[in-house]
Amino acid sequence: MMSDTASPKGLTRRQLLSRATAAGASFVVGAGFLAAPDAAWAMETVALKPETMATLIQMARDIYPHDKVGDEYYVVAVKGYDNADAAQGIEAGIAALNAAAQGKGHANYLSVGWERDRVAILRGMQDSPFFQQIRGNLVTGLYNQKAVWPIFGYEGSSFEMGGYLERGFDDINWL
Amino acid sequence: MAAPFDLNDDSVVVIIGTGAGGGVLANELAQKGVGVVALEAGGRYLPQDYVNDEWESFGQLAWTDARTTSGDWRVAKDFSGLPAWIVKAVGGTTTHWAGASLRFQEHEWKAATTYGTVQGANLLDWPIDAAEMDPWYTLAEDKLGVTRTGDRPGLPGNNNYKVFEAGARALGYEQVSTGRMAINSDESRDRMMCQQTGFCFQGCKWGAKWSAAYTDIPEGEATGNLELRERAHVARILHDDTGKVTGVEYFDAEGNLQMQKARIVCVAGNTFESPRLLLNSASSMFPDGLANSSGQVGRNYMRHVTGSVYAVFDKPVRMWRGTTMAGIVQDEARHDTSRGFVGGYELETLSLGLPFMAAFLDPGAWGREFTTALDSYENMAGMWIVGEDMPQETNRVTINSDVTDQWGLSVANVHFDDHPNDIAMRNHAYKQGQAIYEAVGATRTMPTPPYPSTHNLGTNRMSANARDGVVNRWGQTHDIANLFVSDGSQFTTGAAENPTLTIVALAIRQADHIAREMAAQNI
Repeated sequence: MMSDTASPKGLTRRQLLSRATAAGASFVVGAGFLAAPDAAWAMETVALKPETMATLIQMARDIYPHDKVGDEYYVVAVKGYDNADAAQGIEAGIAALNAAAQGKGHANYLSVGWERDRVAILRGMQDSPFFQQIRGNLVTGLYNQKAVWPIFGYEGSSFEMGGYLERGFDDINWL
Repeated sequence: MAAPFDLNDDSVVVIIGTGAGGGVLANELAQKGVGVVALEAGGRYLPQDYVNDEWESFGQLAWTDARTTSGDWRVAKDFSGLPAWIVKAVGGTTTHWAGASLRFQEHEWKAATTYGTVQGANLLDWPIDAAEMDPWYTLAEDKLGVTRTGDRPGLPGNNNYKVFEAGARALGYEQVSTGRMAINSDESRDRMMCQQTGFCFQGCKWGAKWSAAYTDIPEGEATGNLELRERAHVARILHDDTGKVTGVEYFDAEGNLQMQKARIVCVAGNTFESPRLLLNSASSMFPDGLANSSGQVGRNYMRHVTGSVYAVFDKPVRMWRGTTMAGIVQDEARHDTSRGFVGGYELETLSLGLPFMAAFLDPGAWGREFTTALDSYENMAGMWIVGEDMPQETNRVTINSDVTDQWGLSVANVHFDDHPNDIAMRNHAYKQGQAIYEAVGATRTMPTPPYPSTHNLGTNRMSANARDGVVNRWGQTHDIANLFVSDGSQFTTGAAENPTLTIVALAIRQADHIAREMAAQNI
C-alpha cells in the first residue's frame, strides 16, 4: 500500500483517478493523457506529467474561478506550458504547490477537497514568481479566448455587423 | 521647394511626432505654404486596418518600447514597464483617444492664483488665458467637428450613458449630457456618422471620430508641403556653436541613422518622449539637455487624477455597446474647497471589453471576489474620473541610462507620487461615482485604480518667466529660439478636462505664430 505522500509517479492509475475525483475536479489522468470524465475534452501531454497538467488546470480554476466556464477553456489557457522549454519550471512550481499542500496535511494539491483550502495554499505562495507567472498569463490566456466571451455575454467585434446603431446600443428597458 | 525634401534642405520645419500636437501643426503649417518634414516613430494605420479586438489592437497601435517607472503610484507596481497607454503610429494617440473635447474653465488657466499656495505643489499660472484662447478653441472645435459646439447636435446616449444619467439625476446633478465629442453625430460633414460600434479606443473603423491619421495628415500631404516619414525614430536634436538647433538625427525604417537639416524643430512626441529627447540631446554647450536652463525639463509630470467606478446591476446593461465616452457629469468640475481639495473633476462614461476588464479592474487580484465581478460583466456600467492633479517637481521623467531601447538609446524613467490633493479628490470622486450607481440600484460598486496614463502632461511646461518653465506663451523654448514644443508636455497645469482639444488649439495657434515669425525672418 502506497502512502499518501508518495510521488505521483508511483501512483497507480486507479489511485490517480480516485484522487482527482476526490478533489471534485473530475480529471481522468493516465500516462501522457488527461481528459474530462464526460469526454467533453481530452489532451495528451507532451512534456509535462499528466498529473502536473491536471494540477495546473485546477490551480488555474482556483485563481480565476468561474463556475459557468468549463475546464476546456482553462486547458486552453495553460496548455502552452506543455513544452520542453517551460516544463522544468512548471514541474518545479507544481512540486512546490504540492509540498505546500502536504505542509497542511494533504496528500497533494489536487486532493484538497474545498476551494477555500486550496486558495489558502495559493495565498501562501502568491508572491512567488511561479504563481505570478501562472496568474499573469491567465489574464490573457483565459479572458482573451473569443470562445469564452459569449459565456460572459460579451459580444466582441461589432464593426462587421454595422455596430449597434440598429442593434440595441440604447435598448436598456429597466431604468 | 515641394515634398519630398532633401536631407540637406535646411529651410524646412521638422516636426517630431504626428499626434494631436504634431499632426495638427504639420497640416496647419503646410496649409500656409511652409515646408514640413514630419518624423513619426510608428507606422501608418487607417480605419481599414483597425481591429475591434482589445489586445490585438494594443499590439498594433500601443507604444510598447521600453520605459521604466518609480514612485508610489500603483501603475509602477502593476504595469512597471507600461506607464502610459498611448500610441505609436501616424496620428499618434488621436487614433486611441475617446473624443471628449472640453475647453478649460477660465480659472484653470490661473491655477496658482486661484488655488493659492498648495503645500508640495509646483503650481504656476499659464501665461495665456481663456479670452486669448477662445478663438483658437473655436477653430479647434470646427476642425474636430465637436458635438454641442457650433451647430453640431449631441450624440445619442447608449445603455451605459442611460444608467449613468439616471443615477446622476437622482443625485441632483444638473450638468449631465452626452458631452462634447469629436465624433460625428450626423452625416452632414466629411466624416461618417457614429455607428455606435464601441471600440473607440481601438481606432474608429468608420472614421467618425476625429483622428489626425486620416484628416489633418492627408490634408497636409495633399498641399505638397508636408512629407511624413513613418517609422523614423528621432535620436537627437543637433545644434550649432551659436546654440541654435540645426537638424535632427533619426533612425529610419531600415534602422539606418539619418540626419535631416532644419530651420526650426518642433518636438511633439508626448510627455515622456519629448523631455527624453531634449535630455538625450545633451551636449558640451547644453550639458543638462536642450532648453533646460530652468532645470524644469522632465519635471511637473501630470497624469490627471483618474480612476474608474464600475457597478454591477441585477439586469443587463451591455455597456460596451455604442460610443465609449459619450456621457459626462460636470457638476464636480468646479473649484470648491469645501470638498477638501482644490480644483475639480469630470465624470465620464467608460467601458472596457471583457479582456481589458480582466486586466484593469483590479490588477493582480484573483479569487472569487474578483471573478464574481467579471461573472456579472454583462450587467456592468462604468465611468471614468478625470480631474486636475497637482504638478510636483519630483514627479518627473528622467533618463535611465541602465536601460536602452532597440536603438541603443537610454529610456525614460517615469516617477510619480500622488499628491495629498490628488488622493482627496480621487476618494471624493469614487464616493460620488459609487453613489450615482447606487441611486439606480447597483448591487455592487467597485472603485477601480487608475490605468496606465493616456493623459500625460507638463514635462516641458509653459511659463511667463524663463526660470519657471521650458517654453514661452507660444511653445517656443525660452533658451533656443528655433526649438518649439508642440504637445501636451507644454501644459503648465492640467485642468480637469481631457487635454486633446487644448493641445489642438495650441497647435493651431502655434502654427500661426511660427509662420508669421518665419515670414518676418525672426526665426
